Amino acid sequence: MGRVIAVSSGKGGVGKSMVATTLALNLVKKGLKVGLLDLDFTSPSTHVILAVKGLYPEEEYGILPPLAHGLRYMSIVHYSLDEPAPLRGEDVSNAIIELLAITRWGELDILILDMPPGIGDATLDTLRLVPRIEYIVVTTPSVVAFQSVKRLLLLLLDLKIPVIGVLENMVMTRSSYIEDKVKGLGLKYLGAIDYDEGLEASIGEPAKLMKTGFSKGVAELARSLA
Amino acid sequence: MHEWALAEGVITTAARFAEENGLTSVTEVVVMVGELQQVEHEVLHFAFDQLKTPLFKNAEFVLKTQPAKFKCRNCGHLWNFKAEGMTEEVSEAIHFVPEMAHVYIKCSQCGSPDFEVMEGRGVWLATIKGVRKTE
Repeated sequence: MGRVIAVSSGKGGVGKSMVATTLALNLVKKGLKVGLLDLDFTSPSTHVILAVKGLYPEEEYGILPPLAHGLRYMSIVHYSLDEPAPLRGEDVSNAIIELLAITRWGELDILILDMPPGIGDATLDTLRLVPRIEYIVVTTPSVVAFQSVKRLLLLLLDLKIPVIGVLENMVMTRSSYIEDKVKGLGLKYLGAIDYDEGLEASIGEPAKLMKTGFSKGVAELARSLA
Repeated sequence: MHEWALAEGVITTAARFAEENGLTSVTEVVVMVGELQQVEHEVLHFAFDQLKTPLFKNAEFVLKTQPAKFKCRNCGHLWNFKAEGMTEEVSEAIHFVPEMAHVYIKCSQCGSPDFEVMEGRGVWLATIKGVRKTE
C-alpha cells in the first residue's frame, strides 16, 4: 500500500466527494494503481458520481474491491444497495473497522478516502486506525465553510497529522481570503477551482467529468501527487 | 466479518492470552459465534485448521452460537433475530457488515431502524484450556 490520502472538509456540500472521485480518476489516468474508499456511510455519494451499479466485491480471504473506471472501488452501497442506513456513532465505527479489516486492496500506489464532513466518528476512527494517513481539505470561499474547515485543520495540526494542503472549490470571485487564512495556519494552499456550471451534467459520466474545467483544476493537484 | 480474517483474529487473541498465562499447549478453545452474521461454522473450522500455530496443534475448537437479540431504542421492544424470509442479498450484506442490519431490519413493533443489537453480533473468544509447564 502506497499513500493513503483522506479528502475531507468541515462541512458538507463543498465538493469533497467530487474532488476525491475526480482526483482518483486523474491519478488513474497518470498510470497509477488507485483505490477509492467511500467512508461516508450514512450519506455516500461517490457511487453516484461514478454511476456504479451492480458491482459486488468478490470474496477471497476477505473482500476484493471491484474495478470501476480503473479504480479499486469500495463503498457501503455494495451492501446497503443505496437504501437509507441510519447508523449511530458506534455502528459507524464498527462498520468502518469491519470494512478496513476485511477489504483486500492489493498493491496500490494511492488509496483515496472520501470522508464524511466534520470531525466525528469516521474522522476519529480513521486517524486511529490508518497509520500513514495524509489529508487534503476542501473548502469553498465562504467564511462559514472556512470556519468549519479551520476546526478540522486545528485538530489535524494538534494531532500532527500531515496535511497536504487546502483546496478552494467553487470559486466565483477570486479573492485571497482563503489563501491568506490557510497560509496563516502554516499550511499549503493547493489552489482555487472555479465554479463550473457544466459539472452537474457530468455526474454519472466519468468520461465527461474528466473533460470539465473542474477536472482540469483537480488534474494539477494529481500532477503534484503522482 | 469474513471467516478467514475472523479466524486469524481469534488465533491471534488466543495465542496472546495463552502466552500471558504461561500455557505451553492449548487443548480447547471455545469460540462464541454471534447469530447475526450467519458465519459458516465449517468454513471457520477449516480456517482454524489452516491457521493454527504449533501452540494449538492439540487444540479442539468448539463453536457455540449466540442468538441475536435486538432492543428498539424508540419503543423499548425486545425481539429475536429471524433469518428466515431474508433474501440471500440481505443475508450476505449483514454477513459482511453487520451494521447493515439497520438498513434491512426494523423494529417489529414500531418499525424504527433505531435499535440496539444486544446480543449475537461478532465472534469472540469465550474460554481457553491448556497445559501450563510446571517446573
